[in-house]
Amino acid sequence: MNDVAIAGVAQTRHESRKDNMIYADMVFDVVTSALEDAGLTLDDIDSVVTVSNDFLDGRTISGMAVGDASGGQDKNISTVEGDGTFGAFYGLMRVLSGYGASIVVAHSKGSEGDIRYVTNGMFDPIYQRLLGIEAISASAMQAREYMQRYGVSEEQLASVSVKNHGNARNNPYAHLPMDISIDDVMKSRPVADPLKKLDCGPVSDGAAAIIIASPEIAAKATSTPVWVKGVAHCAEDYMIGDRDLAVPVALKDAARRAYDMAGIKNPAEELDLVELYDAFSYMEPLWLEGLGLAEAGKGMSLLEKGVSTMEGSLPVNPSGGVLSSHPVLVAGLVRIIESVLQLRGQAGERQVKNATSALAHGINGPCGQSHCVWILNKDK
Amino acid sequence: MENWKDTVEIITQEGQIAVPYTWWVGDTGSRFLMALRDEKKILANRCSECGKVYVPPRKNCGQCFVDIDDWTEVGPEGTVETFTIVHFNYPVQPVKASFAYVLVKLDGADVSLLHLVKNDIEKLGKGSRVVARFSENRTGSILDIDSFQVIEGK
Amino acid sequence: MSRPVGIVGTGQTDHKSHRPDVNGREMIREAVTRALEDAELSIKDIDAIVIGNMDHFESINYVDTWSVEGSGGVMKPIMKITTGGTTGATVALAAYYHVASGLFDRVLAIGWEKNSESDTTAAIITCSDPIWDRFSYSGAIPSLATEATAYMKQYDATQEDAALIAVRDRNNALNNHHAHLQRPVTVDDVMNSPMLAYPIKLLDVCPRTDGACAVVFAADGVAQKLTKQPAWVKAGSVRHTYTWFGDSTDYDRGLVSLQRASAEAYKHAGITKPAEEIDVAELYLPYTYAGLKWIEDLGFCGKGEGAKFVREGNTDMNGKIPVNPSGGVISTNCIGATALLRVAEAAIQVMGKGGDRQVDGAKTALATGFGGCFWSDVVILGAQKP
Repeated sequence: MNDVAIAGVAQTRHESRKDNMIYADMVFDVVTSALEDAGLTLDDIDSVVTVSNDFLDGRTISGMAVGDASGGQDKNISTVEGDGTFGAFYGLMRVLSGYGASIVVAHSKGSEGDIRYVTNGMFDPIYQRLLGIEAISASAMQAREYMQRYGVSEEQLASVSVKNHGNARNNPYAHLPMDISIDDVMKSRPVADPLKKLDCGPVSDGAAAIIIASPEIAAKATSTPVWVKGVAHCAEDYMIGDRDLAVPVALKDAARRAYDMAGIKNPAEELDLVELYDAFSYMEPLWLEGLGLAEAGKGMSLLEKGVSTMEGSLPVNPSGGVLSSHPVLVAGLVRIIESVLQLRGQAGERQVKNATSALAHGINGPCGQSHCVWILNKDK
Repeated sequence: MENWKDTVEIITQEGQIAVPYTWWVGDTGSRFLMALRDEKKILANRCSECGKVYVPPRKNCGQCFVDIDDWTEVGPEGTVETFTIVHFNYPVQPVKASFAYVLVKLDGADVSLLHLVKNDIEKLGKGSRVVARFSENRTGSILDIDSFQVIEGK
Repeated sequence: MSRPVGIVGTGQTDHKSHRPDVNGREMIREAVTRALEDAELSIKDIDAIVIGNMDHFESINYVDTWSVEGSGGVMKPIMKITTGGTTGATVALAAYYHVASGLFDRVLAIGWEKNSESDTTAAIITCSDPIWDRFSYSGAIPSLATEATAYMKQYDATQEDAALIAVRDRNNALNNHHAHLQRPVTVDDVMNSPMLAYPIKLLDVCPRTDGACAVVFAADGVAQKLTKQPAWVKAGSVRHTYTWFGDSTDYDRGLVSLQRASAEAYKHAGITKPAEEIDVAELYLPYTYAGLKWIEDLGFCGKGEGAKFVREGNTDMNGKIPVNPSGGVISTNCIGATALLRVAEAAIQVMGKGGDRQVDGAKTALATGFGGCFWSDVVILGAQKP
């Protein structure tokens, strides 16, 4: 893959309700901030990819609401409907195809609708929706499958929530920075067994934008470029009953291809931090296994051995992760942004020391059916 | 000078999208739903290449990408692969919480079917044996199976 | 710079008003299997998939992940693009960029819609802003009607002129067994059809269709091994100019997005005299008046000359620049697929696979997409590798 960099990043503070902003306002803010961050102007941009979801927005052709605000006037603009990591991949492919720079911007206002209907809508209309299934219940079944397969306990998973909400205290953008204990998680309201309230990420309003640039535009930018070394995505079977929910095969495939592109042979050694999509506490150990950072069933060992804490050799979700802020679609883009900030040395109180290589990850579809993995590096 | 943003009233506008839908089930799915409705039978079909028995049946195998037309019957009993007990309500659910969702591996099938358990949910565990309970009033829908019932002593 | 990319195969369903025999995934698979057959590939040869439709027509959230059994996406990279009526074109371009980037060699583009599953107008109304536009926006037809009225007033074009577009496209459809509407119409038929929103009558507009289309894009070096005559992508331009319907109503300017998109595309493809240098055009004309107006925006003729250009037979099958040999959108409109069908049909012409609808010696073909808030996309395909 040719050289391509991320030259600008911006995100809103993620919160329950941005009652003074419409989607376009949030998008405009992060696009202008990302340009400022990069020291570039709209004239340097020739490609725009917006990321939105028609069900979340209550609007078909949801990209239309943010066309003006995204800087897409008179530019090649398109809309990816899926997690921000996928949208960013499209923006990247355009730069590799000859564009100077792509703005990729995602927005989400979970506060404006009922997320349960929105996620019910991702299940099969004929065989599944009438049962009332939605993301939390389905994920709860995946959590249980994972726990019973490998003998992982609720307390172990609770420790993930403790870590990540704790990390969020260092992140000024996070929705839910919290100082909690395992006991607090165990006593939180049962939602769908084994998931309790503090095992689940919130529903957040937020937006984020990145600028993916060719080497020429990256050189023009005043920011420190972060280079994209590998990207890959993959989807597995759709019907959750067809899948082995405890073994994330699509993630394994995407991770392997991303590592190959980046020339990474030993990810646990060669990566300095991971920002993964932990919409629920069980997802952190499960995705760590899919990423090849732990053996099957041993995803919790990284936390138990102190490897994935802020002081460890491979901090996972120094930002607080999706458990602390969940603007749907935006959250994957935020993983990329947090990784970029880390590699630039701009992560403030949540900075991982000497970070040169990071992995950012996003998911799409029920129970992480589809995954997108990004490998970023400070050096070209 | 006063910043108008500090004093502006935040107005919201309510709305609901009411778009009715009628999804075509297709021939394969229709045969499955008809069998639920008319015969209280759970049909499945088998991929000729990988041998996987699918329920609900499929027109093609997603992995092999070939047509499937080898039909069989599965269940009505099965084994619980995984489950959750739901403690919250929202209108789309057909039953009030607490109830359980289950992924059931019906006898004879290679994949699990998503469905509900309404009673004896405290008895559910991995490996529980359950049996399909059909609704009195069946219309050709997945809810023609009212729910799965835990089989005692298994 | 990017590497050359060519279309090496296409497939589409036999478009109908209802397809009760298949659900959405199964319908998608029909188009995919036909495209793979046409390209002589198996699904295993496909490196990535791009899929698109207009969400609220089927109410399926995350169509990419829902589709995999039918789209062939199991254990493959797949993503969803959605941009209203322009979706088929933006899906095609996304697939093109997947390959041009150097990261994938053979990519499948899929566009589909099962319009029979919903109330089209109710679903489309949700595209308008809920606070400022929705209460007055009553679907696609009225916004087009205002454009048509303005044009007629400005250039003395008549309803009969517009009817010629329907006559042409519906007649052409008889050569395309995939097309949804397979009966010819006369000017009288159009004039006598029920008025929907002046001056648009029933036979001036496209139908609602269930259908899918799939196109295989392949990289330079790979394409040539798959087919004798790939349809090379020479240009692809997108201008999704407006967000608010009110901003798009300066009718004196014509269809601004199409002017800008085509200007850029012509520049990339080295075209200065479109009506002469383009051999065939598959235009996204959702209604007849577009067939008079928008060819001016495309530079086929001067401002105000569209009706004359059409009346003189220039866009007929044996004319200077045949338009819509496939029957166009007025004969088939499965929205998420429609713009992709324009690209596929343009490719079919360049590949020489048009059969009864083939324009002899077609070497350069133009495809356009339209939708959203008066948005346009332009794709130019050619027989020679760029």
